[in-house]
Amino acid sequence: MFDTASLLLTAPELILSIGATALMLVAAFAGDKATRFVSAAAVALLALAGLSLTGVAGSGGTAFNGLYSADAFGAFAKVLIYLAASVAILIAPRWFEREDRLRAEYPVLILFSAVGMGMMVSATNLLSLYVGLELQSLAAYVLASFMRRDSRSAEAGLKYFVLGALASGILLYGISLLYGFSGTTEYAGVAKALGDGVNLGELFGIVFLLSGIAFKVSAVPFHMWTPDVYEGAPTPVTAFFASAPKVAAIAMLVRVSVSGMGTATHDWQQIIIFMSLASIVLGAAGAIGQTNIKRLLAYSSINNVGFALVGLAAGTEAGVAAIMSYMAIYVVMTLGSFLCVLQMRDQTGAPVETIASLSGLSQTNKGLAAAFAIFMFSLAGIPPLFGFWAKFLVFEAAVKAGLFPLAAIGIAASVIGAFYYLKIIKTMYFDEPETRYARGDSLLEKALIATSAAFIVLGYGLIPALGSASAAAAKALF
Amino acid sequence: MIQVFAFYLFAALVILSGALVIFSRNPVHSVLWLILAFFNAAGLMVLVGAEFIAMLLVIVYVGAVAVLFLFVVMMLDIDFAELRSGLTRYGLFGALIAMVLVGEMIIAEGAWSAGAIQLAQRAAPVSADMPNIEAMGALIYSRYLYVFEAAGLVLLVAMIGAIVLTHRERRDTRPQNISQQVRRRPQDAVRNTNPPVGQGVEL
Repeated sequence: MFDTASLLLTAPELILSIGATALMLVAAFAGDKATRFVSAAAVALLALAGLSLTGVAGSGGTAFNGLYSADAFGAFAKVLIYLAASVAILIAPRWFEREDRLRAEYPVLILFSAVGMGMMVSATNLLSLYVGLELQSLAAYVLASFMRRDSRSAEAGLKYFVLGALASGILLYGISLLYGFSGTTEYAGVAKALGDGVNLGELFGIVFLLSGIAFKVSAVPFHMWTPDVYEGAPTPVTAFFASAPKVAAIAMLVRVSVSGMGTATHDWQQIIIFMSLASIVLGAAGAIGQTNIKRLLAYSSINNVGFALVGLAAGTEAGVAAIMSYMAIYVVMTLGSFLCVLQMRDQTGAPVETIASLSGLSQTNKGLAAAFAIFMFSLAGIPPLFGFWAKFLVFEAAVKAGLFPLAAIGIAASVIGAFYYLKIIKTMYFDEPETRYARGDSLLEKALIATSAAFIVLGYGLIPALGSASAAAAKALF
Repeated sequence: MIQVFAFYLFAALVILSGALVIFSRNPVHSVLWLILAFFNAAGLMVLVGAEFIAMLLVIVYVGAVAVLFLFVVMMLDIDFAELRSGLTRYGLFGALIAMVLVGEMIIAEGAWSAGAIQLAQRAAPVSADMPNIEAMGALIYSRYLYVFEAAGLVLLVAMIGAIVLTHRERRDTRPQNISQQVRRRPQDAVRNTNPPVGQGVEL
């Protein structure tokens, strides 16, 4: 039976789902006139849900008969998710107003997606993992094709839907195998069953489960949908895809690997090592030939997922803490980059997405060029910026766990990655000006860019806070 | 005794109506035979004590799926001559699939009689005195309440998504405005005139 304690522990999800349902009614009756109000209310709800994490929902233990765990790990991931979701809501209206007014369902769908992501990161049972994942994905499919008059957006939505459904099928097959061989869907029970030796059926279950999740985090070899979907989806939605669902899926992967399969670390470690290396190398190599900035950032996100997985490959508490720090820094860098991409619009206000159009940006728009350069340097992992610290943490964890070859190849491949980040900076600073962008008139977007750039540059002051938060998050799993 | 009689009645009717689904020439009749097959299958389910599945069969399959089939079949423009010409092309492939199915049935029968499957030794056997609707409800609405509610949210999102992606407001239609019609007073709508003879009415 459920009790009030369970309701209190799931406070963030309750706030968001009740709020989203109410806002859906507002959207249904007031129509698109209410978009502004619904967006503001949605951001307020996300903030409220974030605040509720300071209470019992952030450290309380398990709820609903072990289907849900409210702990520091989930709270850390949820803070990042809610932040990224708020940004995705805030930056949307200006993008969509060019075509038509932003429809009021957009913030509502983001809220439902946030509920799903919260369920994913707090799931301690394969059932709640799957239902949360499906809630998040279903909202994401709709968001990808939100500009339904744009054929690329419709294509992105369809591709995402078909491949996502395939991934769900693979994931479910893995879950059913694990359930069949362990007799339970609870992480603890699965871990116990795996503890006394992994038989062939369980091994297949692990492989299918990891493959399904790899699809969702877009790790190689299940990455191929990423560039197409990121390119076709509206830019605010792409910014959302690259940040919040990535954090949720990575956190879910970490939790299911550590607390669900922690007793069979040696059986999944090699899979994670392969996915990590392949993502780093392919993410870096694939980005080189790109001419579209959104495709390039898609490959960059594949590359970054590879680096984050290095921490999981270590399989240690330090490794998990490193992943959480990595994701926090990654979310800021990615959102910052996409905010810069949002500023790329020609004099008529139509968005421009080619890398070539960035040439000479340093002469036409100094501030934007500087911000873009900061994010690119940081994504490349150039030392004075915060992106370096993220990479340093995961490689340190890998080396401490004795994975020297993984760390060496990863560091070598990050040099390949640096090439295309630096190419953008070269285009901005050393090429002749070609197109002149319209001046950005949104104070909000400028403020967000400035904040994230400041976080990247001055982030080293935050290391103690970030370190202790991610250490607490990792401790909750071990 | 009555159970045996009911079993053979239902089973024979299922097989008979199943065969007629395939053999009837009119696709609408096929769907109607299919509905009969579902009803009899539901009867079989009641006999083995799975009344929930029996109800699902009647409500979901007969009530929704089969009726949907019926509508689709009625709307389709099926060319029977072309359908029959496909038999020679796909006959071999169909026969192959039939062989596979027969093989699987034989293997399943073998496994069953070898005693590999013992339903009585399930991890969580259903207690005999609890109807299975109650057993299912006790799990769904208590232990799995959380995922049940979340599944409801998934359906809500699916509905919102379908509407968002397909609904568009048409500005060129003139829908009926009932409140405007009701608000209309006789003095706004009716005009008394007294036209002179032979001049007609001005509108």
